[in-house]
Order: sequence, then structure tokens, then C-alpha cells
Amino acid sequence: MTSGISKADVVHVARLARLNLAPDEVAAHQEQLSRILDLVGAMDDDRLAQMPAMAHTQDLVNVLREDVAVPGLPREMLLRSAPDVEGEFFRIPKILGEPE
Amino acid sequence: MTDGILTLDAGALSAAVRSGEVTAVEAVEAYLAQVAVQEPEVDAFLSLDADAAIAAAEAVDRARASGAALGPLAGVPVAFKDNLCTTAFPTTAASKILEGWVPPYNATVVDRVLAAGAIAIGKTNLDEFAMGSSTENSGYKITRNPHDLDRVPGGSSGGSAAVIASRMALLALGSDTGGSIRQPASLSGIVGLKPTYGRVSRYGLLAYASSLDQIGPMAATVKDAALMAEVIFGHDPMDATSLRAPIPALVNALMEGVTSFRVGLVSDLLEVASPAVASAVGRAAATLAQLGAKVETISIPELALGLPAYYVVAPAEASSNLARYDGVRYGFRGNGETAEEMMVASRSEGFGDEVKRRIMLGTYALSAGYYDAFYLRAQRVRSLVRTAFQEAYSRFDLLLSPTSPTTAFKIGERSEDPVEMYRSDVCTIPSNLSGDPAISVPFGDEDGLPIGVQLMGPALSEERLLRAAFALESARAEEGER
Repeated sequence: MTSGISKADVVHVARLARLNLAPDEVAAHQEQLSRILDLVGAMDDDRLAQMPAMAHTQDLVNVLREDVAVPGLPREMLLRSAPDVEGEFFRIPKILGEPE
Repeated sequence: MTDGILTLDAGALSAAVRSGEVTAVEAVEAYLAQVAVQEPEVDAFLSLDADAAIAAAEAVDRARASGAALGPLAGVPVAFKDNLCTTAFPTTAASKILEGWVPPYNATVVDRVLAAGAIAIGKTNLDEFAMGSSTENSGYKITRNPHDLDRVPGGSSGGSAAVIASRMALLALGSDTGGSIRQPASLSGIVGLKPTYGRVSRYGLLAYASSLDQIGPMAATVKDAALMAEVIFGHDPMDATSLRAPIPALVNALMEGVTSFRVGLVSDLLEVASPAVASAVGRAAATLAQLGAKVETISIPELALGLPAYYVVAPAEASSNLARYDGVRYGFRGNGETAEEMMVASRSEGFGDEVKRRIMLGTYALSAGYYDAFYLRAQRVRSLVRTAFQEAYSRFDLLLSPTSPTTAFKIGERSEDPVEMYRSDVCTIPSNLSGDPAISVPFGDEDGLPIGVQLMGPALSEERLLRAAFALESARAEEGER
């Protein structure tokens, strides 16, 4: 089992999760995540290889309903919660940034 | 009659409101007076609306005056954990990233409780996005245990537990992903039921770990918890995992006793408990035996693997669920020149430390190279735990254990050490992994701090759990009278 996580890994995972960590936060998370990985690394049992991977407690396949249109929530109501809107759209900063 | 309002249970209060003996306004005023006294010390609410509560109570009284039939919770003051969507209150999940957000719809459970005539007093504090076991991870404030203000009420539904323990509402809703209803119920001396996965609609619950999350009642008595369960159980087309199972009559079954029950006392979970907690569980086992149940000890060593598996599965699901908080459609938006910078700023400034920790843990456990060692392995452990439970339930109707290894701990005592905090959930996590129901009921105390015992059962066994919990509660009450 892997135990411990490097500073570079912490920074990489934070980037994947769209989080920006200050240097002292990187150090704190490295220490804590390493200890948590030690805890969760302790999953050991001879029978595990024979056990199916269980994603859910229910064996649901598809849940269908009658194909009848029902009204959804009004657009204006949903836009009211948004930090920034323009007309009937959510407004965000430009998607393409300067090259890194 | 109005003097004794605070002594009535939910069934009795709503019966008094229906008969006109007490008005809903009188009931709500009595509870608001209690809020005025208790809340400055306990700090359990994230939002409160006394005027709206009075207005809602007036509406119940008017409905009665006009001859309308009132619901089973008529005039009963309730509180909702602040991860349940409400149009009448902001809904924050105790996170700065949702500060001030007012949802455009009510959670199904909220609609059902209000349709039953209950009066919403406010929204209760929790660990941010329900991630924690002490309510100290709230982005807003620390809630205190009404039994000792220097101690935590447990978590993550600590606000709801503290509200019930200090009688600021008669019923509350919590959510339980790894013990977040039962552990605070245990530490705060109240009753908390985690129903079978799918019994209660999750529509309008801000998702933490969707395959584990379940909403349930928190109340001062087993009977009140059963009453609230009857109101919130049942299929909802808005939740694809919602079960179509019929709803048993829970309140009426409470008196039926435990004589036919085979109860397994789980030795592995006793070993992790403090001496006082273990001794309370032993006394609960003896009590059930005296009442006619057949009690035997059982060892289920697989349950010990539940804790590590949970701290892989839950963060993995959380890392995906919480991706939606990106500053685009709702909630807090940070500054950034580009969309990505804006999203990073929103999440970095909006989420607290524990939420960031679990998002990163989940992201790591799901990433290439670690997926098999962590996530896949945790899913296999989940099967192992479920199989072990199935074997146990082929021999026993119910299992008995501690709810929490200890009584309420001091504020700050575990907040610097996430691993120590995670161990608070060792007894409650297995039932979430298997999707089975479990209940915590108060059974004694240690130096004035409440101890809860946990009863676990197979899927859809809530009636049995409530009957056994009721038997324990009644036995304690009789002991107190002697």
C-alpha cells in the first residue's frame, strides 16, 4: 500500500480539484492527507479479491416514468441566484486565458 | 394547558392543536420563548424567523377555524438541518460558498413536514456540507452541547441535535452519511433514526456522498421520531433511488415489545468504546433480555474495515458532487480574469479546510494509479461489510452496539486532528455502507453527559428498531421513577 503523499502530489490534486493552496496550506494538507492515507490504506482482507465492487446499495438499472412533459423551474427564478447574468444567460469571465 | 406546552410530545401537542385545546400560535410562542433563552448559549441556528413562524401558526389556526382537517404534526415546531433546501430560509450547508443563497424549491422532506402542519422555526448549524463529527467545521459558528456548553453536540447534524436537547423545537430533520444523525443524537441525549437508504427522498438535500446520504428524524422521544418518520417516509418520483416499499404504521407498533426478537450484541464495537459507554450498552443488552428478547454476543470483525472504506468512498463521491460549486450558477463568486481563475478563486475562498481536505482526498483516490488501491478496494470492502451484515441478520433480528465510542468531547479537543475525529464514526459507518437502518436512543449517562446505544437492523426493519428503542426508553423511564 502507498502511504504518504508528496508536496508535488498535493499541488497536483489541488489543481485537478480547482483549488489554490497557499504554501503553508500545502504543508498542512500534506501532513494530514498522509495520515489519512495511512488510515484508509489499512483495508486488508483475504476475501477482498472475491468481493464484487459495490458502488451502490440498490440494484437499480433504469427508473422510468410516463413520457409526459411537466413544467420545470422558471428560468427567471434560477437566474436570480446567479452571481452574474446577462439577459437570459449566466455570465462568466472569458474562457480562454493567456497561454501559461 | 398553555403552561405545559413544552412538556407535551409531538403527538400530544398536535392532538391538542387539532382539538383546539392549544392554538398553534400558543405552541409556537412557547417554543420561541425557549429559543430566546437557550439560543444565545447554544448557538444552534443558522437562520431563525420568529415572525414567519407566528404567521404559519396563525394559518394553521385559521385552517382549523374554517373546519379544515389538520395534519399529524399540526402546530408542532420543527427545525431543518441547513443542507435541506427551503424557499423560506437561506440554505448554506454551513458553507461560505452558499452564503445567502435562497433555493428556488423546497426539499421533498420539507414539503412533507410542512404539509403535515408543522411550523418551521429555523435552519440548524452543521459541519460544512455535513463533513464532520462535531459541528466545529461550520463556516459560521460553533454550536454547544446543551448538557455542557464547553462540549460539542456531535455532528454533522449537531445544530438539530442541540435544538432538540434544549427544547427549542420539538422535531428536527438531520442527514446521515456516516453517522451524522446518530452520533450527535448520542452526544446530545436525543433519539436519531437513520432510515434504510431510499426510504426518504433525497430531493433537495445538498449532496455530500449520494450513495450513503439519508435524511431522518431527530426527536426527544422514540415516539416522536416514529411520528416524524411516518410523515417523511415514502416514494418520491423526484429521487430515482426512492423506494416504493409500503410505509408501516410505526407509532402504533411501538408497544408491541421485543419478546420475539433475537438481538446480537456486537463485541467488536464494544471493544472500541470507553468503559462507561461499554457498560451502558451491556445494561441495554440486559434490559432487552429481561424484556424477553434473546440476546447473544456476536463478533463481526469485518465492520472494522468500514471506517477506512468510508473515508475513501465518501470523499470520492464528494469530490464529484462538490464540483458544481464553481461560482457560475449560484453562491459565492471569487475574482478571476478567466473562467478557470474565477472558479479556482470561488472554491478556494468559499470552501473551508475540511471540505478542501475531503475533495482532495477523493480526487486522489479516484485518480489514475490510485483508483484500484483505494476506490476499487473500498468498494470491495463495502461488499464484504454488506455480506457480513447479511450473515449476522440471518441469525439476529437486530444488532446492538454503542453509537459513539465516547460521550461528548470538549470543543477544540479533536478539531486539529482529522484522523482522531474520523474515528468518532466507527460504530455508525457500517450501516451507511450497507444501506441498512439504525437508530440511536439515550441509555444512561457518564457524569451528566448522555450515552446513546445503537440498534441496527436489515433493510426496511425500522419498525423493529423503533420497537426495541421504545422498550429501552420505557425501561429507563421506569428506572428513573423507582
